[in-house]
Amino acid sequence: MSIESAPAHAIEPTLKARVDRAAYLAGLLKSRPELSAELAELQGVRDRALAIAQELAIPTTRDEEWRFTDLSSLVQINFQPIHDQPTISFAQIESFILPEAVNSRLVFVNGIYAPDLSAVDDLPEGVLVGNLSAGIQLIPSLQNYLAKQQGSEEVFTVLNTASLIDAAIVHVPKNQEVETPIQLLFVSTSGDTATISHPRCLVIAESGSSLTLIEEYVTIADGGYFTNAVTEIAIAENAQVSHTRVQREGETAFHIGKTVVSQARDSRYTCNAISLGAKISRHNLEVYQTGEQTQTTLNGLTMINGEQVGDTHSKIAFTKPYGTSDQVQKCIVGDRAHAIFNGKVSVPQAAQLTNAAQLSRNLLLSPRARVDTKPQLEITADNVKCAHGATVSQLEDDEVFYLQSRGLNQEEARKLLTYAFAIEIINHIPVASLKANLTTTIRTQQL
Amino acid sequence: MINENSEVILSVKDLTADVGDTQILKGLNLEIKAGEIHAIMGPNGSGKSTFSKILAGHPAYKVTAGEVTFRGQNLLEMEPDDRAKSGVFLAFQYPLEIPGVSNLDFLRVSYNAKRKQEGLEELDSFDFDELVRTKLDLLKMDAAFLSRSVNEGFSGGEKKRNEILQMALLEPKLGILDEIDSGLDIDALKIVANGVNQLRKFDNAILMITHYQRLLDYIVPDFVHVMEGGRILTTGGKELAFELEARGYEWVREEEAAEVAR
Repeated sequence: MSIESAPAHAIEPTLKARVDRAAYLAGLLKSRPELSAELAELQGVRDRALAIAQELAIPTTRDEEWRFTDLSSLVQINFQPIHDQPTISFAQIESFILPEAVNSRLVFVNGIYAPDLSAVDDLPEGVLVGNLSAGIQLIPSLQNYLAKQQGSEEVFTVLNTASLIDAAIVHVPKNQEVETPIQLLFVSTSGDTATISHPRCLVIAESGSSLTLIEEYVTIADGGYFTNAVTEIAIAENAQVSHTRVQREGETAFHIGKTVVSQARDSRYTCNAISLGAKISRHNLEVYQTGEQTQTTLNGLTMINGEQVGDTHSKIAFTKPYGTSDQVQKCIVGDRAHAIFNGKVSVPQAAQLTNAAQLSRNLLLSPRARVDTKPQLEITADNVKCAHGATVSQLEDDEVFYLQSRGLNQEEARKLLTYAFAIEIINHIPVASLKANLTTTIRTQQL
Repeated sequence: MINENSEVILSVKDLTADVGDTQILKGLNLEIKAGEIHAIMGPNGSGKSTFSKILAGHPAYKVTAGEVTFRGQNLLEMEPDDRAKSGVFLAFQYPLEIPGVSNLDFLRVSYNAKRKQEGLEELDSFDFDELVRTKLDLLKMDAAFLSRSVNEGFSGGEKKRNEILQMALLEPKLGILDEIDSGLDIDALKIVANGVNQLRKFDNAILMITHYQRLLDYIVPDFVHVMEGGRILTTGGKELAFELEARGYEWVREEEAAEVAR
């Protein structure tokens, strides 16, 4: 694929960026992998996305939604889908498998299901945890959900949908409680060439059901790659989903991820989103409450350093009365890294008696670290409670001195204080081994 | 416990120090030997607390002249953590809260830092747990303290007891108690003082900073120093504290002025 660039003198800079980035997106669409014959009935889903995508471009920092996250370095790279899927041994990914989910896990390599690395024997009958072809065969309603969520016309989401060749499908039938956590592990293996993959998850929790989901993005190679992930979660009345999303991509990777959740009446959704890796990462987390008395809890932690950019854009949209949301986003930023948080909360007239709370807390570890945090409350209902707050702080000399006076050296003192800031979020993770693993990661992180 | 032949623990000579552009210490001299208890008293702003923080190595203060020797070593060249590991301990007037870190973990990390310095093996959680429980009794502290975050939501008295618990674990050669009596009711004061007294040994020393004579009823000093304007104006035995209590600091200033006039 080549990117054509017009002579600089001929075209306005704004226009030039637009042209380049549309061409770039077109290039990605052109090289997307073919759909296999057994999934032929999904061709329409891909085609619809393609038609939308052809009108779009990779955003620039002039787009309000991408103001702080500059994708210039991404569009410099000619990403290609992987042609020869490498053979991965279990030993290579064993350390990522959660002991609690050893028989309730799906592993995807570069976005493609790896049956030899997956095992789902521990799940109750009637619960489907499988790839897209299993989903097509066993879930008649699948097409009612796939790419049907609000916000599915956003550029990276349509790129993902237009490139659809596989997906992780989780379907929990009515009133079924699944106690075993379900792990969806996405492994990248990029080597010599820069590769792109489009991981996709569709989670359907039927009414009265409950499940615990662990979605994780990791790498076993240090090459540059681009993960463009989309996870759709549909939660029916009275159902409950606990979702932990861990992003620890390689340090030269790009990660753009979308999580979109619809919540029917009386449902509960918790998301613990941990973002540690990638050169540039973006998580779009969108929750649409479609029924009354719905509860949403979002806990987020971004911990970055070097020259990393870590961006979280969240949106909680209330539509009916008595909804609640509780959101805490923490960012720990070292070196010259840059964290972004934009938290939208939409409370229309119909959503009376909403109770929404949002807190953005940020810790800057170096003078050149940067954070941009913005609550964005759109409230038209008059009888609601919506609280929000943002703090930006540094490690205080007095705190470091207190620990030093107890024998910890300066680095250990700073690490302990940083860990103390982060641990509140990690403590929400419902799977002990993952909690312990992340605790160690954070405790030993180089600052 | 005054013994002329004891090891000199701390020797301070002509110490001057600034915070920002303001000189806080203006030529301070002090010598503390093993086994001794010293008290520094003085009005607000006399430099007492600054002095204690300088000994512990607080980065906000700049030493401009003078010497501080701790057991033969140049203390001023050492990082705060090295001072701690070598046996200097400061009990803070306002101990900091560290939400998210359990008191037990904090105490263990601190204790093991010192063990490591001494070339000893670090204690694992199990052994440390046993050790710390023996020290809790000394301060009449409930084991529930250990699982709470460091100082978070502790009452004034609990914070001070927690400081002395740390001191009991670290067994410093020089314990500096910065207004350990502030914010304590009489019962808590007795418990804290009793804890400190039990930590006294022939080979360690204690330096107390206080406003009030009351503390000295419970931890009886060998020497009382009166500090004013960044210097020690006068030194005496414990009876000096009673005199101060009765006559106020103005009396010391007048004595000093008379001395200078002579």
